[in-house]
Amino acid sequence: MSEWSQLERFLQTDPEDVGCGEAMEIMHVYADLVQAGADPEARYPGVAAHLRACGPCAEDLEGLLAALNDPHD
Amino acid sequence: MGSVEPAAHGDTTATLDPESAEWVRALAGGGAGRERALLRLHEMLLRVARGEVSRRAPRLSISGPELDDLAHQAAADAMMALTGKLEQFRGESRFTTWAYKFVIFEVSGKIGRHYWRKPDVRLDTEDWERLPDRMGFDPAHQAEWHDLIVALHRAVDDDLTPHQRRVFIAIVLNGIPLDALVAEMDSNRNAIYKTLFDARRKLAASLAARGYLNHYARRS
Ligand SMILES: [Zn+2]
Repeated sequence: MSEWSQLERFLQTDPEDVGCGEAMEIMHVYADLVQAGADPEARYPGVAAHLRACGPCAEDLEGLLAALNDPHD
Repeated sequence: MGSVEPAAHGDTTATLDPESAEWVRALAGGGAGRERALLRLHEMLLRVARGEVSRRAPRLSISGPELDDLAHQAAADAMMALTGKLEQFRGESRFTTWAYKFVIFEVSGKIGRHYWRKPDVRLDTEDWERLPDRMGFDPAHQAEWHDLIVALHRAVDDDLTPHQRRVFIAIVLNGIPLDALVAEMDSNRNAIYKTLFDARRKLAASLAARGYLNHYARRS
C-alpha cells in the first residue's frame, strides 16, 4: 500500500462512528450478541463503525469476549 | 458522529435469565445472602481482572507483583462502581457480562495511568522527523511522501485548535496511548477520541483542498 493511502486511511472518519461513550455504554450487549453468534454489526452499525476505528474500545471488547470465553464459567 | 438508535436504550427491561435474576436478587437484598453474593462477585471480578491483565501483559511494561496488584485494584474499583449502579442493570445482557465490563474498563484505565511511570515518556515533544516511521512509511519512497508530510505539518499548524493540535501531537507523533492521554489530561476516552476524530476530519479536508489526498485516488 502506498504512503498516500496509508495516511488517507488514517485521516478518514466514518460519519456513522458513535464515539467511545456510546460504544462503551452498549459494549456488554454487543459482546453477548457476538458470543451468541448473532449479528451485532447489523443491530449496532454505529458501534461497529466505532470499533473498527478505535483501538482502545476494540481492545476492551476483545478482553470482554476473552473473559466470556474463559472455560472457568 | 452518528448515534446508537433510541431502541437500543429503550426503557423496557428485558426478562432476566435465571442466573442474572439471582445475582440481582441477592445483591439488592440484605443480610447474609448479600454478603455471600458480594464475596462471590469479588472472586469472579478478580478472576476476570487477572485474566485481562495477563492477556495484555505481553504488550505492557508491567509484570509480576505489580501486575497482580493492578488486577486487585481493578477488581476492587469495579466492585465499587458496579454495586453503586446496580439499578442501571436492565437485563439487556447477562448480569455477568455487564459485571465483567466494569473490570475491563478499570483495567484499561489503570494501564493508562501506569503508562506515565515509564521514565522516557514525552507528551508535548514535537518531532516531525518521527512521523514517517510512526505511519510506517518506507524510507525508500521518501521522494513520494516528503511533500505530503510537509503539507500535513502545515495543516496541523494552521487548521487545528490548540487542543486538537496537542492531542494530535501526543497520540500521532509521540505515540501516547489514548487511555494514557485520558489519564494525563484528566479527561475521558470519549472526549479525547472526539477531539482526535475532529482533527482527523479537518486534516483530511484541508489536505484534499490542497490537492493532496486525491493523489492516491488518481493513481489507483
Ligand atoms: Zn472508543
